[in-house]
Amino acid sequence: MVALAPANQGATIGEPARRRLAGFARTLRDNDFRIGLAESRDALQVLASPAALRPASLKPALRALFCATHSDWERFDEIFDAFWQGQGMRQRQIMSGSPAASRAPGRRLAQAHVPQDALGLPDRVERRRDDDGEISADGRGRRESASRVEALTTADLRHIVDPDEVAATHALAARLARAMRMRLIRREQVRRRGRRLDLRRTIHRNVSHGGTLLELAWRRRKIKPLRLVVLLDASGSMSLYTAFFVRFLHGVLDNFREAEAFIFHTRLAHVSPSLRDRDVTRAVDKLALMAQGIGGGTRIGESLATFNRWHAQRVINSRTAVMIVSDGYDTGEPERLGEEMRRLRRRCRKIIWLNPLIGWRDYSPQARGMQAALPYVDLFAPAHNLESLAALEPFLARI
Amino acid sequence: MTLKREEISDKLAAVGYVADRDIATALWLMEFLKRPLLLEGEAGVGKTEVAKALAAVHQAELIRLQCYEGLDHNAALYEWNYQRQLLAIKTREGVGENADAIEEHIFSEKYLLERPLLAAIRRAHPPVLLVDEVDRADEEFEAFLLELLSDFQVSIPELGTIKAISIPRVVLTSNGTRELSDALRRRCLYHYVDFPDVEREAKIILVRTPGIDTALALQIARMVAAVRKEDLRKVPGVAETLDWAATLAGLEVQDLRQEPEAVHETMICLLKTHEDRARLTRDVSERLLGKVA
Repeated sequence: MVALAPANQGATIGEPARRRLAGFARTLRDNDFRIGLAESRDALQVLASPAALRPASLKPALRALFCATHSDWERFDEIFDAFWQGQGMRQRQIMSGSPAASRAPGRRLAQAHVPQDALGLPDRVERRRDDDGEISADGRGRRESASRVEALTTADLRHIVDPDEVAATHALAARLARAMRMRLIRREQVRRRGRRLDLRRTIHRNVSHGGTLLELAWRRRKIKPLRLVVLLDASGSMSLYTAFFVRFLHGVLDNFREAEAFIFHTRLAHVSPSLRDRDVTRAVDKLALMAQGIGGGTRIGESLATFNRWHAQRVINSRTAVMIVSDGYDTGEPERLGEEMRRLRRRCRKIIWLNPLIGWRDYSPQARGMQAALPYVDLFAPAHNLESLAALEPFLARI
Repeated sequence: MTLKREEISDKLAAVGYVADRDIATALWLMEFLKRPLLLEGEAGVGKTEVAKALAAVHQAELIRLQCYEGLDHNAALYEWNYQRQLLAIKTREGVGENADAIEEHIFSEKYLLERPLLAAIRRAHPPVLLVDEVDRADEEFEAFLLELLSDFQVSIPELGTIKAISIPRVVLTSNGTRELSDALRRRCLYHYVDFPDVEREAKIILVRTPGIDTALALQIARMVAAVRKEDLRKVPGVAETLDWAATLAGLEVQDLRQEPEAVHETMICLLKTHEDRARLTRDVSERLLGKVA
């Protein structure tokens, strides 16, 4: 901590220390920390304070000041040590394994194509509330912005193999989900704006008080939030699609505060906690690991039975939509699948079945499992490219 | 009155809060820079406890705003006492007062119901404002909160602008169910609260469970740390650890190794879902016990 010596002399900070601190802030910015002038100014104040006398308390102080997310928090120590101990390390210090670094190419690609207003920054919700009446028009406009990357959105996901394109498609899937989420939220806001007095009921209720309004009746929002439960087929036949869906779901699940996700192949696994991981790359890796290792075909029927037996009671209510993403190739008994689908249908509000194969030319649901399940499905839709996922939105909004 | 960092850590210890190494610095920095503190971490790591301890340290009132989906200004900031207003209208009409005077009267502070955010800026002695689980509120509310945190004044259309009498110390907590806006993050200092390490957890057990043996507390802390490493749906938090420690103390268990039966059976204190219970079979609990004891 030699570099901090000038700060030790009192409340004023020497020029060298000032410059070092600016250098440190720059290094952090290079590592994707969001540091503004306010933080730098406060850091100078900290440096001039008694805390700077003790290196042991300076580090946690700067960490609390400069970090804004958990991933910042995890990387800070390494960068701090490298900067203050590695004398004069001025060059860009990108830490190995930094999620930001590994994600960067995909992010950049996507940003190049999609205009800024599709970013859906949270603070925009407030400002744009007045546009709410024209959601449909607005919605169309935004979808167009995504479809500028025509080639990628319409290509069947299994034909995308070039790593750059894969990265770009992943980014698009996440972005699409995010844009969809913002629109769904705004719809919700329109629906429940304001808490208003129900004058008619109020007056009626207070007739017995001689017209003095003692008991008030409020208009209540009747619509309870929708809950979404996703069952994702992670078997071998689906492997080409799984990674894309996971990304898409990661974004969409964010919209539904009450959402649960399960993955199945030969057995069913509850994966909501993994999907809630803010770091998409890590979430996808975790799920990929879970999807591996259990071979031997898909048992949709049995997985559904497990779901009905152990989870349904907890995660399903009358406002729940169940989304099954599978190609319908079941190695179990079709009767079993049919029976479990019937049970599931009775519990929930809607069943959506997304099948990537629908996008294939000349596909008809011939698989016996698919045949058995179809009578209980409310929406049977393709999900082989990003365009087909975008087309789901009106349906999701209507449930 | 700005406390020194050392004073804060001493006082934290005095109020019975077993602090992790860096939290005292973060709390000191809060005072020093007058910024709110954002605490993130998994459920059950003791984020709320930090705010309680902070209130105890400053002998300040703790005002808590629990966020939930659909939380709006009325519930967070203020509400008019409609019933009293209506009554006032009726009675004053009888006396024959004119409409303007009545209106002036019923929209006065007398009829204003304070909700946590308004209460927090209208105290003579600065309180600690805990905005709990801010990630569960809507983005719209988050933007409003941000405005309040930078200006510390609110405007009530019928009454005018109310400025803060004292600036509260603000602690926000988040479980990460939703990504918070960059603006809010940048406004705040940040501290990530992790599960306590074995030593600290043992200390917490000792402080909170009267009459428990030091060796047993350490064993319990090690065992809980091992359970947390298992693949569970709901990782046990510090509160669960304390429940378990109290249970074991109540059963007069002296040494976990001697009583694997009791250990396994009382683990319902730690495992709160059917799946987790099924996953931690007798064999698993004995294996863990063998490792930690």
